[in-house]
Amino acid sequence: MRRPRRPHSAPAAGTDPAAHDAGAGPAVRRDAGPAGADAAVRRRVAERGPLVLVLPAAVGLCFLVLPLVGLLARTPWGRLPSQLAEPAVAEALRLSLVCATAATALCLLTGVPLAWLLARTDFRGRRLVRAAVTVPLVLPPVVGGVALLLVFGRRGLVGQYLDAWFGLSLPFTTTGVVLAEAFVAMPFLVIAVEGALRGADRRYEDAAATLGASRWLTFRRVTLPMIGPGVAAGTVLCWARALGEFGATITFAGNFPGETRTMPLAVYLALETDPQAATVLSVLLLAVSVLVLVSLRERWIGGGT
Amino acid sequence: MTLDAEISVRRDARFALDLPLSAAAGQTVAVLGPNGAGKTTALRALAGLQPLTAGRIELDGRVLDGPGAFVPAARRPIAMVFQDYLLFGHLSALENVAFGLRARGVDRRTARRRAADWLDRVGLTAEAARRPRELSGGQAQRVALARAMVTEPRLLLLDEPLAALDASTRLSVRAELRHRLADYAGIAVLVTHDPLDAMVLADRLVVLEGGRVVQEGSAAEVAHHPRTEYVARLVGLNLYRATADGTTVRLADGGRLVTASPAAGEVLVAFAPTAVSLHTGRPHGSARNAWPVRVASLEQHGSTTRLQLAGPPDVLADVTPAAVAELRLSPGTELWASLKATEIRTYPA
Repeated sequence: MRRPRRPHSAPAAGTDPAAHDAGAGPAVRRDAGPAGADAAVRRRVAERGPLVLVLPAAVGLCFLVLPLVGLLARTPWGRLPSQLAEPAVAEALRLSLVCATAATALCLLTGVPLAWLLARTDFRGRRLVRAAVTVPLVLPPVVGGVALLLVFGRRGLVGQYLDAWFGLSLPFTTTGVVLAEAFVAMPFLVIAVEGALRGADRRYEDAAATLGASRWLTFRRVTLPMIGPGVAAGTVLCWARALGEFGATITFAGNFPGETRTMPLAVYLALETDPQAATVLSVLLLAVSVLVLVSLRERWIGGGT
Repeated sequence: MTLDAEISVRRDARFALDLPLSAAAGQTVAVLGPNGAGKTTALRALAGLQPLTAGRIELDGRVLDGPGAFVPAARRPIAMVFQDYLLFGHLSALENVAFGLRARGVDRRTARRRAADWLDRVGLTAEAARRPRELSGGQAQRVALARAMVTEPRLLLLDEPLAALDASTRLSVRAELRHRLADYAGIAVLVTHDPLDAMVLADRLVVLEGGRVVQEGSAAEVAHHPRTEYVARLVGLNLYRATADGTTVRLADGGRLVTASPAAGEVLVAFAPTAVSLHTGRPHGSARNAWPVRVASLEQHGSTTRLQLAGPPDVLADVTPAAVAELRLSPGTELWASLKATEIRTYPA
């Protein structure tokens, strides 16, 4: 992305302002020499920005980075391998990975069609549906957990029938963990996929239709490959959110070792009994987050620069 | 096999398209018109991507669109070549060509074999495994054509098929497309704003302006007897509405001309810009028509320069660069224009 030119740096070059208006490229080339170097310095000074903005920005950055630095500084690196080998930790890690992956699969199976519906069809109340999809994004996860409990609990709206007809009980089970995570993480996927669908050129779908492809075939063979990167980004984001889920999980699924105690829950518990173990687990989760960030760098933090 | 259509699409108060279109098997019809005339909308309506608001489309006696009937694009016996081709970026050239066959239920092996045959026909066997972004503009155009024609559509729709090509590629691709269309048994409808494409590729021209047909006929008819200024400018002719009285015609916008063949009543008068001669003073030659003009603009067209001359009557004239230098032509230069009566064509309006 081209930087906006500073108007007050233009006269420094000593050429007429009209020439500068023609574009940054030729103007800079003509400036080569002492006058040009001077202009470059002025431009750099001008782009440093006022202190009123730079100072709070620096404070904000420190606030975001310091805790992570602290975490890394206090990590008992020597104990890392033995901590990871502990059965309770390994179990929590395995459970976390399995549940987050299952929740992501559930989100993909239902979220992609939902995103398609929002992006490609026009029906009454579509805005309402989109709002409903976005709610879990802003809802406190604990509230989500309570809501899930009220619906899928043994006496819940749906739960009582699941129990009476199939003998199924979801709360405080591993399936419950998956549901809680999917509830919280789905909006990330739907929003990412819907954005990708809106950005995709619909005329390719027209072209497929003129070649005799049904809408389902067009979706599978043309649309889905086109929005592949968007779906991948949404999936990673969704998975990361599911992996870190705490509030809805502990409310709806409880905290039973080996069954519903995922990594975030284990971290919280370990903090009271064994702070060092909590640190090790935290570093592990941090590593996963960084990995997610790296895999998304093109789409989310590159920003075209 | 026939196409019989009354394409009528109304989008809002400003856009209305009314295009009657019919064609027989083996024919290529070109819909010619300026941007915004409704050409692409007409094509999308034929394809089934844009429902009609009135009228009907009938192919081989089967109603594709009309009161109480609408066949969606995927079930019409059509294929379309889009202006920017719209080749599927994640598929190879071969898979792109095979797509339509696979979509219509042809098994994978047969589809790939027939696609390979078509790639061979358009001379792209070596490029079969390439992705669209690895193809040149001319190659992509040929893949798009193969992708459309491999399904053996009864109606082939071409939306500005040559517009995205550079001038040199365009020439060879145009000639090739002409051969393909000549061999093609179905009906082809071609939309273009380039008169040369239309005249080279089509048997019949339909000129569309502002959503309405202003002229229809063979390429020669349209070229020799343009009915609107747009058409006249397209084919490079001077055109006037006039009232004829014997061999004298009075032009609607001022000025009069003497013609060779007598006529009466409302007429259209046309002559080529090359028929106009220019002089620095009043000419004394045999030309029957001479009038003072002023140069309004100069434009280079290949090896000739086209002058817009303000009259009355206003007139286009083609001169050589040598003449431009000799007469020291520039906007504002005062000249005399002369025109032989025998160069003027007069036909009923």
